[in-house]
Amino acid sequence: MNVNVALVDDVSPETRPIASTAGPAPKRIVVGYGFWIFLLSDIVMFAALFAAYAVLAHATAGGPGGAQLFNQISVAIETGCLLASSYTCGLMTLAVGSQRRFRTYLAAVVTFALGAAFLTLELREFAGMIAVGATPQRSAFLSAFFTLVGCHGLHVTAGLIWLAVMMLQIAVKGFRATVERRLLCFSLFWHALDIIWVWLFTVVYLMGVRS
Amino acid sequence: MTLLGKLDWSAIPFDQPIVMGASAMMVLVIAFVLGWVTFKGYVPYLWREWITSVDHKRIGVMYIVLALIMLLRGFADAIMMRAQQALAAGGAQGYLPPEHFDQIFSAHGTIMIFFMAMPFVIGLMNFVVPLQLGVRDMAFPTLNSVALGLTASGILLTNISLAVGEFSKTGWVAYPPLSELQFSPGVGVDYYLWALQISGVGTLMTGINFVTTILKTRAPGMSYMRMPVFCWTALASNLLIVAAFPVLTATFAMLLLDRYLGFHFFTTDGQGNAMMYVNLFWVWGHPEVYILILPAFGVFSEVVSTFSGKPLFGYRSMVAATMVICVLSFIVWLHHFFTMGASANVNGFFGIMTMIIAVPTGVKVFNWLFTMYGGRIRFTVPILWSLGFMVTFVIGGMTGVLTAVPPADFQLHNSLFLVAHFHNVIIGGVVFGVLAGYNYWFPKAFGFKLDERWGAAAFWCWLIGFYLAFMPLYVLGLMGMTRRMQHYDVVSWQPWLWAAAAGVAVILAGIACQVIQLVVSIRDRAKLRVTADPWDGRTLEWTTASPPPAWNFAALPQVAEIDAFWQRKQRALGQQTPQIQEREYTPIEVPKNSAAGFSTAFFAVITGFALIWHIWWMAGMGVLGIFLTMLVFAFRDEEEIKIPAEEIAEFDRAHPTEVAV
Repeated sequence: MNVNVALVDDVSPETRPIASTAGPAPKRIVVGYGFWIFLLSDIVMFAALFAAYAVLAHATAGGPGGAQLFNQISVAIETGCLLASSYTCGLMTLAVGSQRRFRTYLAAVVTFALGAAFLTLELREFAGMIAVGATPQRSAFLSAFFTLVGCHGLHVTAGLIWLAVMMLQIAVKGFRATVERRLLCFSLFWHALDIIWVWLFTVVYLMGVRS
Repeated sequence: MTLLGKLDWSAIPFDQPIVMGASAMMVLVIAFVLGWVTFKGYVPYLWREWITSVDHKRIGVMYIVLALIMLLRGFADAIMMRAQQALAAGGAQGYLPPEHFDQIFSAHGTIMIFFMAMPFVIGLMNFVVPLQLGVRDMAFPTLNSVALGLTASGILLTNISLAVGEFSKTGWVAYPPLSELQFSPGVGVDYYLWALQISGVGTLMTGINFVTTILKTRAPGMSYMRMPVFCWTALASNLLIVAAFPVLTATFAMLLLDRYLGFHFFTTDGQGNAMMYVNLFWVWGHPEVYILILPAFGVFSEVVSTFSGKPLFGYRSMVAATMVICVLSFIVWLHHFFTMGASANVNGFFGIMTMIIAVPTGVKVFNWLFTMYGGRIRFTVPILWSLGFMVTFVIGGMTGVLTAVPPADFQLHNSLFLVAHFHNVIIGGVVFGVLAGYNYWFPKAFGFKLDERWGAAAFWCWLIGFYLAFMPLYVLGLMGMTRRMQHYDVVSWQPWLWAAAAGVAVILAGIACQVIQLVVSIRDRAKLRVTADPWDGRTLEWTTASPPPAWNFAALPQVAEIDAFWQRKQRALGQQTPQIQEREYTPIEVPKNSAAGFSTAFFAVITGFALIWHIWWMAGMGVLGIFLTMLVFAFRDEEEIKIPAEEIAEFDRAHPTEVAV
């Protein structure tokens, strides 16, 4: 009888193996973790672009600087769109968690629309600058500006395409494990773009207007 | 604007016999291999078992095959350079015109670092790490295959440049403003940039894959401090890849924007800043040095411990030293250009940090020495490479600390002393390390050992050849000879360059011995056949059959200590009769083959080639192809195939192991 008791004790919480010795993690954890590592690498890439921008911020070569070019109102609306889209992306994650198809689509459509609005405003800003001769070829400062902000814009574009593909996947394959894992990665990606934008907004637009 | 962009018949250098000869040779060899494979009917086998394989062991082997081929290519460049410098003294011009010589030293550096050392190290990690962790595959098997494909794409693009157009003439670092469009209007720098961008994305994928694999998928019971040292060094190396390669991608993207769209990041006009490139390049470049050397340190740790029959001395200090190097490698980059003109304080900081990073490396050397002390050393080929490394690397390390002193560096910068130093640590460290690993794990990968006599002959030729080839370069550096000279006026340099050329000939003999070793071993494979544990190993890879089955382990090993296999064998020695226990077999799911890697690589080559030659429609098609590949992959239904329990049981009966872990 004592032996039996010992066996029961074996599975008590105290003797359960800790995470580092528990063996391979479940697929969902592995995928999410790997995607986090990718996001960190992506942030390192942005760090290099930020560094280049910081070095070249005053290298205007006699051309226009940030104070003359940036339109605070337009950028504020852009920021609002992106932050709101992060919120609706969170709502989408909740809908996916409870496997509600209609709510997922709805949240995805709103997220997509807000992201597209952000992109449109950004492109309009770029077009306006190019129209007054502030092209990336004008000075090192403008090269760095268009590259840094444009790289974030490219990420948003990739995110929009990804979101569209994911909606197609839900329609075709339903909420299966692979699709849910990819949606998890998408939401991580979308929130990470927000974090980068907060830095961008601060370093490029707020500090740019001040100087 | 034509349909083929900048590409026309003038791109092929018909007027240069050396280039055309080499290109014709390359095309003939490729055509012969493809023809032979097709004629023999091996194509379906290669497609099914290798090209579309997502098995980490197969992918590891393919990386190493690529690396060995590129070793031959990069070494051919080395022979040409040494021959040119041995000849071109006084008024002589040698046999290579300047623009060809410049391409050769650029290609040599680029190929040896990116397409020889990197694939070799990544190949070893691919083969070994999941086996040592006691798991069945990498965290992301298909991503692994795509990464291999992208590396191969970069290699292919670099080699296409031999026949179509030209390669970069700006050295393997491609510093602007020389690498800007204004001073390098040809396609050479574009070949360099796109080949490295594409293979760099592959390397980043590898880094993410390994970090996730090592941190999230280990056998039950394998806590961090029970991991083999090779896994620790692989972890450090891949953390560096994840943190450093994105910087290279961003830097090259800026240079590409300068060249393609007229941006002003590094140009002389528009207030560009060329030194920013140099800084960013080495923010990647110095960690890259440790990305290469840390796994080599891991190989030596395994080899020294195994063949001394002792546990590694100072396991914890070895792990600590590895991680300290991992962090410090990011704050030494400026020592590559003390002559930039930064303030004395800045140079002083980076000089001191460089000296400090030598300390953990010194700790490692002592650990290996103490591991051997009192051990019964078996002088196999892997331990020969390890001993050669310990002597050679210490010399290279000391000349490195010497150049870490900024005032000394002002004299030695860009001299042959520097060239001698980094070859001393890269050949004496990385190359010796990967060759030790190649000899050590070959029997695990193929089920038979490599011939010992030819292996030893290769080692001695390499070692003697190395000293003969590079010690004269230290002297020449102190005599004032700078690097990358197509010809020179100081005739008193010439005898030393003759000695260096002789050294390269000895290394060539070493490489020939390696080729013979492989051929002889394949011929005599029946005699060299081994079972699971040919070296009396210590770690988990030696518990499974040689070569291991697709599923690696029928049941995941249970790990309770470091060197689990060795400890288990020691305990089994005391028992009279080995315990034979009936095992319950369950079906195992292994990841399904995928053509995604091949397809991505195919379209990446098309995209890269099109961008180099400004063929915009073709670049668009290539990008579309990559996107469609991803889409098809995302919509596939079956992701894994199940291997039935009977098949696993049958394999285990055919390949019995002495002790189970």
